Amino acid sequence: MPAIFTPKVITANALLEGDVVYLTQDDTWSRHLKDADVLTDEADAQIRLIDASARTSEVVGVYLADVSADAKGPKPTHFREAFRMRGPSNYPHGKQSEVF
Amino acid sequence: MYRYTDFDAAFVAERNAQFRAQVERRIDGSLTEDEFKPLRLMNGLYLQLHAYMLRVAIPYGTLSSAQMRQLAYIAERWDKGYGHFTTRQNIQFNWPQLRDVPDMLDALAEVQMHAIQTSGNTIRNVTADHFAGAAADEIADPRPVAELIRQWSTDHPEFQFLPRKFKIAVTGSPNDRAVTKAHDIGLRMVRNDAGEPGFEVIVGGGLGRTPMIGKVVRDFLPEADLLPYLEAVVSVWNLLGRRDNKYKSRIKITVHEHGIDDIRARVEERFALLRPAFIGVDQQLFAQIKPDFAPPAFKDRDTAPFDQAYSNDPVFRSWADTNLSAHRAPGHAIAQISLKAHGATPGDATADQMRVMADLAERYGYDELRISHEQNVVLPHVHKADLPAIHAALKAAGLATANIGKISDIIACPGMDYCALATARSIPIAQEIATRFDQLKLEHEVGDLKIKISGCINACGHHHVGHIGILGLDRAGVENYQITLGGDHTETAAIGQRTGPGFSADEIVPAIERIVDTYLSERDSADEAFIDTFRRVGMTPFKTALYGESDKKQKAA
Ligand code: SF4
Repeated sequence: MPAIFTPKVITANALLEGDVVYLTQDDTWSRHLKDADVLTDEADAQIRLIDASARTSEVVGVYLADVSADAKGPKPTHFREAFRMRGPSNYPHGKQSEVF
Repeated sequence: MYRYTDFDAAFVAERNAQFRAQVERRIDGSLTEDEFKPLRLMNGLYLQLHAYMLRVAIPYGTLSSAQMRQLAYIAERWDKGYGHFTTRQNIQFNWPQLRDVPDMLDALAEVQMHAIQTSGNTIRNVTADHFAGAAADEIADPRPVAELIRQWSTDHPEFQFLPRKFKIAVTGSPNDRAVTKAHDIGLRMVRNDAGEPGFEVIVGGGLGRTPMIGKVVRDFLPEADLLPYLEAVVSVWNLLGRRDNKYKSRIKITVHEHGIDDIRARVEERFALLRPAFIGVDQQLFAQIKPDFAPPAFKDRDTAPFDQAYSNDPVFRSWADTNLSAHRAPGHAIAQISLKAHGATPGDATADQMRVMADLAERYGYDELRISHEQNVVLPHVHKADLPAIHAALKAAGLATANIGKISDIIACPGMDYCALATARSIPIAQEIATRFDQLKLEHEVGDLKIKISGCINACGHHHVGHIGILGLDRAGVENYQITLGGDHTETAAIGQRTGPGFSADEIVPAIERIVDTYLSERDSADEAFIDTFRRVGMTPFKTALYGESDKKQKAA
């Protein structure tokens, strides 16, 4: 039996600013995880990843990140992704203020 | 201080112009990220978790007030108003934007600084004792040697594609403050029986995944043979080093796999070939460099203002007792400025604080500042009479924390708050430990105790050589902190031993408290430092305090 595909979002860092971005449903990049397109089909996710990775003049380091998704939208399942979403814990220099 | 020659200035200007063009080509799409990444890394530009990061070299940790002010300007103009001083005596800016980096590099070049060879498989920024040229226990100032090595290694054609990065540290004192035994090459300046200057050469030290204490490859290397000998070591490793496996590529593994005797024989053979090729140009260069590091003309003055403040002001006294070290010149002291205010991020300074430190160096400190690998700033030469005024200015800037060498003077790498390689956070752990022991008012009772924290196995936070080392790991998606005890970063270097299973982020501060309580009850007097108690009583009482009796019995059974 194939492993169950956990929901994912496509994420990267913006080329110019370096900050964390997520791929939305209409293939734009958003600074906010809540806007991200949640991918639940593995084949679809792989194709979207290939296409997104080709956009090298916009982003760097494109990959799929696990999320859990409910009616309120995607949430990171790993703490690394939670930190990427929020910003550093020592100063409010990231997106902390915008996320909550 | 060393000043750029016209050649140096032209070299840096050309590199900056090249990089500016490369950034433009990346932005307009003519360079891919795969093509651009090695170029940006060669210029110290990383991409971290939330942003780019620019790592700027501070050769052997020495800065002038003008350079410190320029760092403040860069922090304010292109970053978020602060900089992070690292365990490699460098500074990192955590929030630059790609387009601005060429301007930042030009601003650095204005004060003879750059970010070259702060990354990549090259010979990295040479580090040195942060008390160089000032310490009372010093045989000779190690910085001319460090500068000679820097000039020899920068852009050295043979050493741009080494198996891995290569780090050299130099100390001129028997008391090792440069962690020479944890570097690829450590140099200790010594004198032989005839009184001639030379080096004890240590190779194959390093922290990271496979920590190793360096081994002596040459007891006494005459001063004039330094560069050919270093070239021999690096080229032996350049040939033998494992390029197939990055976990085995550092010279510590080469030394471990081949044995120190085999390495020594190969180095000597290579050295014999290389030696004649060095026809004295290196020695001329060394002679030219030396006067740049001539000690300032120390003034002889009355220390009465110091003595008065010391007896009248308990806050000043506490700071003086903790943050000052013995200077070689009468009436002078070395003053350490702690970047470890309780609850603050270790190693961070705001632009305003940088300017205060620059002003103090200019006014009272012969225009010199140092960055220590312990992430503090040093005023290496100050007259004691000026210390009350210095202390007052530091206090007003939030820089007068009296905790050098104490439990809250914690080394912490950026960890998962910034670093893309991290497996857990380190900054909040450092903040919590410092805050907790400040609340308990135990800091001065506990005395000398070095806590060092790394956010992953790469060990930038030197956790292996902390009296208490903390390593942050990812255990099944949860931050977990492993503790080691008994590490030592000095001339009696030792790798700490693991206590046992790690602790969660919530449990780690109470665990450190139990370790400290155990030390306080086990020490034979207040004069016995943590590391000495640990060496005397061993791991057992600490294990019991951490994991309880049952665990001990199980292990014994
Ligand atoms: S030890 Fe790991 S987490 Fe810390 S700075 Fe180094 S690479 Fe990053």
